[in-house]
Amino acid sequence: MASPTVELKLTAKDFKSDQEVRWCPGCGDYSILAAMQRFMPELGIPRENIVFVSGIGCSSRFPYYMNTYGMHSIHGRAPAIATGLSVSRPDLSVWVVTGDGDALSIGGNHLIHALRRNVNLKILLFNNRIYGLTKGQYSPTSELGKITKSTPAGSADSPFNPISLALGAEATFVARTIDSDAKHLQSVMRAAAEHQGSAFVEIYQNCNIFNDGAFELIKDPSSRDDHLIRLEQGQPITFGAEKQFSVTHPAGSFGLKVEEGGEALVHDATVDDPAYAFALSRLSGSDLGTTPIGVFRNVQRPSYDELITKQLVDAKSQADGTADEMLDALLNKADTWTIM
Amino acid sequence: MSVSAGAKRVEQLDRVVIRFAGDSGDGMQLTGDRFTSETAQLGNDISTLPNFPAEIRAPAGTLPGVSSFQVHFADYDILTPGDSPHVLVAMNPAALKANLSDLPAGADIIVNTDEFTKRNLAKVGYAVSPLEDGSLAEYAVHPVALTSMTVGALAELGVAKKDAERAKNMFALGLLSWMYSRPFSSTLRFLESKFAKRPDLVAANKAAFQAGWNFGETTEDFAVRYEIKPARMKPGTYRNITGNQALALGLVAASVRSKLPLFLGAYPITPASDILHELSKHKKFGITTMQAEDEIAAIGAALGASYGGALGVTTTSGPGVALKGETISLAIALELPLVIVDVQRAGPSTGMPTKTEQADLNMALYGRHGEAPLAVIAPKSPSDCFHAAIEAARIALKYRTPVILLSDNYVANGSEPWLLPSSDELPDISVEFTTGANGDDGRFLPYLRDPETMARPWAIPGTPGLEHRIGGLEKADKTGDISYDPANHEHMVRTRAARIEAIEVPELEVEDADEHARVLVLGWGSTYGPIGAACRALRQRGLPIAQAHLRHMAPLPANLGEVLAAYDKVVIPEMNLGQLAHVIRAKYLVDAVPFNQVSGLPFTAATLENMLEDVVKNG
Repeated sequence: MASPTVELKLTAKDFKSDQEVRWCPGCGDYSILAAMQRFMPELGIPRENIVFVSGIGCSSRFPYYMNTYGMHSIHGRAPAIATGLSVSRPDLSVWVVTGDGDALSIGGNHLIHALRRNVNLKILLFNNRIYGLTKGQYSPTSELGKITKSTPAGSADSPFNPISLALGAEATFVARTIDSDAKHLQSVMRAAAEHQGSAFVEIYQNCNIFNDGAFELIKDPSSRDDHLIRLEQGQPITFGAEKQFSVTHPAGSFGLKVEEGGEALVHDATVDDPAYAFALSRLSGSDLGTTPIGVFRNVQRPSYDELITKQLVDAKSQADGTADEMLDALLNKADTWTIM
Repeated sequence: MSVSAGAKRVEQLDRVVIRFAGDSGDGMQLTGDRFTSETAQLGNDISTLPNFPAEIRAPAGTLPGVSSFQVHFADYDILTPGDSPHVLVAMNPAALKANLSDLPAGADIIVNTDEFTKRNLAKVGYAVSPLEDGSLAEYAVHPVALTSMTVGALAELGVAKKDAERAKNMFALGLLSWMYSRPFSSTLRFLESKFAKRPDLVAANKAAFQAGWNFGETTEDFAVRYEIKPARMKPGTYRNITGNQALALGLVAASVRSKLPLFLGAYPITPASDILHELSKHKKFGITTMQAEDEIAAIGAALGASYGGALGVTTTSGPGVALKGETISLAIALELPLVIVDVQRAGPSTGMPTKTEQADLNMALYGRHGEAPLAVIAPKSPSDCFHAAIEAARIALKYRTPVILLSDNYVANGSEPWLLPSSDELPDISVEFTTGANGDDGRFLPYLRDPETMARPWAIPGTPGLEHRIGGLEKADKTGDISYDPANHEHMVRTRAARIEAIEVPELEVEDADEHARVLVLGWGSTYGPIGAACRALRQRGLPIAQAHLRHMAPLPANLGEVLAAYDKVVIPEMNLGQLAHVIRAKYLVDAVPFNQVSGLPFTAATLENMLEDVVKNG
């Protein structure tokens, strides 16, 4: 159920709260916040009907800076809290802001269950591949062998691929974008906002203090063209300075392949079979060698909110009297006896 | 069906305790439940105690697989399901062995002889059948071939042998119903509805019931039939109800009387799941139930719903409360209404999931990080769970605080007659959402408090102009902005404690019949029944004793200190190792005497009577 949209003359400024932003200077979170504040007026939703819910971590300070309703909750639990809010208040536009530790480590269970239920939440996962707020331990998206404060000999943990994980959890909308590309970020937020059901957006975000340059390969103008794949609905998947590389589907293979030349697949995020989006997600690993961004998957299925609301509406249509009368009837609905 | 009493002698009794015991698959809970319902129809006062293993089907015929249901009924008001059964129905050797030690000499034992086979006897370590070796000489044993007589009675109906054998519990119910002159129309109606899709099973179970009834009427083994007159009870309409049912209905009532939609987030856990089951049936009241992925999500979703303006509730047992601790702390910091129901069971860890205990009091009062006070209340009986649920919601809504409701397995699964309230007798617990700015400069101050209740405004998303951010970080007084200011933190910690202490709760009442008592017995929660029964017994014997029972565990009633000071001795029986006693000793400097039992079973009235008699006589 969508929030009511109205003609509003809001600007980015209307979405700035009076709180001083306290991220480290140079943090990627600033550009995401700015992009969000610029994008919000486009939604056409009154500020009071928008809620940001976050967990714990650097990214989770986000709600304090948005002049909407907001809750900075506890580590990992934002999807659960937001689920209760969204289901009981389908008139609201509910956004979850989380990080790689918050969403994929301590809160992994809530994330996958929100996605499988298809709760009408817009989940923004700021992935910087490090624990920032606790000062630099490896995260569930840190690359194998990562040397951090807690892994002086290198991490022995294989990382999650957040896009693959979301797809495996039956997500209906899955996308990836980058903090430094404001235009792309806003286009992905727009698509996520339009989606009915859970929208999962991974945002590559630079932590300039504890993991600086983590995504440099796909940001640096000198290298990005050969490594960054922009997925566009209905367009052949090609990349490279001369568009010389194609993503192809070799006959007899389960996966996709990058080759020079070749017949490029035409991107269609609405393909029902998640195997396609999953294969796309496997093009990139920790090394970012060939990294797709954009919308991987965008399909429709009834949201949890819709299904629960329908059950309530159907049940309420059976109401036969005032609430007090129904309560009296309920209490008496048993084998009763009367003492005079 | 014939209802004539025949030529048998009829004796009047004032009370009877019957225990139905059998294998987990024998349908003993259902049998007990039906007998209870028949008894309720007759207007006796009733108290019941189911006792079953956590395993759904423990190995057949073994001691761990024994399931029992005890019902106590009388022609006067009773407080407990009875200490020891007058009658034991034992459907197999395991049921006999597991329950024999609870029987007083002279008790009637009805045994299903068909199950006393060599193999079944061996399973529970009987070398010789106790029916044959004289070891039951002090009891009145009635050997009945329950299974084969049931199968015989159903021979003409053409039901499968297995289905016929399974109807043996109805044969037993028919026999007991005859013995105690129970009306059975509600049981017949129940069978018709339970097996609505299997007319053959309706017929089979009815026939089994009738065969049991007729057997009682004709056999010479049962020479006497008993009658128990209706109890004198307050006029009104009654139903029999378990604590879990009453708690669920109380939550429905809280939603109706607060005019707020109820949102229940829950994860299945024994013995609390029945509350989720019951509430999920009542969507027409606008109730949403969500079976969450885990205990933490369950309370998280409930808190999210509260934030959005619903009456958020989560139901669980002790292990679940442990997992919910961090979210309860968040609710304390956010100062939002939330009801957390803990149906206590024996711990620690998985403990004994189907056995009772009151050992979560410490966790409810203190089980969180930081100074994290909240309100705690505990129902005293099955039907009191209804009113306790409304009271928990009232406090949560009015004072914007999480409230822990401490039920336990004893009240949750036990049952008693309940004088039905009418909705208009129930309190109006509605509260107002904040819709306008409250600051002098037209600002909205989310932590500016109501001077009377110390509650902060409840401004829900969707309210224009009141957009604000809240969170678990310490907040500045009034503005709610993040604050690390030392003086502010000191102020906020003390304010959170003071606002819980300021919650208005009823004064503690003392039952002290002749006002000569020098000993006060102080209890809380589900021990009300056995303590009350013990006190009555002492008074009948001329021994003075005062009883007070706590329902509000936090904050404690304002007059508690005064009550305690009025007695020479304070005794505190609890199903834990003295958790309330610690509180009382620490807070009131009273040398209270703890009396503790942690067997997983409720106190018997006799245990408490003996203990209290000693204190009254010897100090």
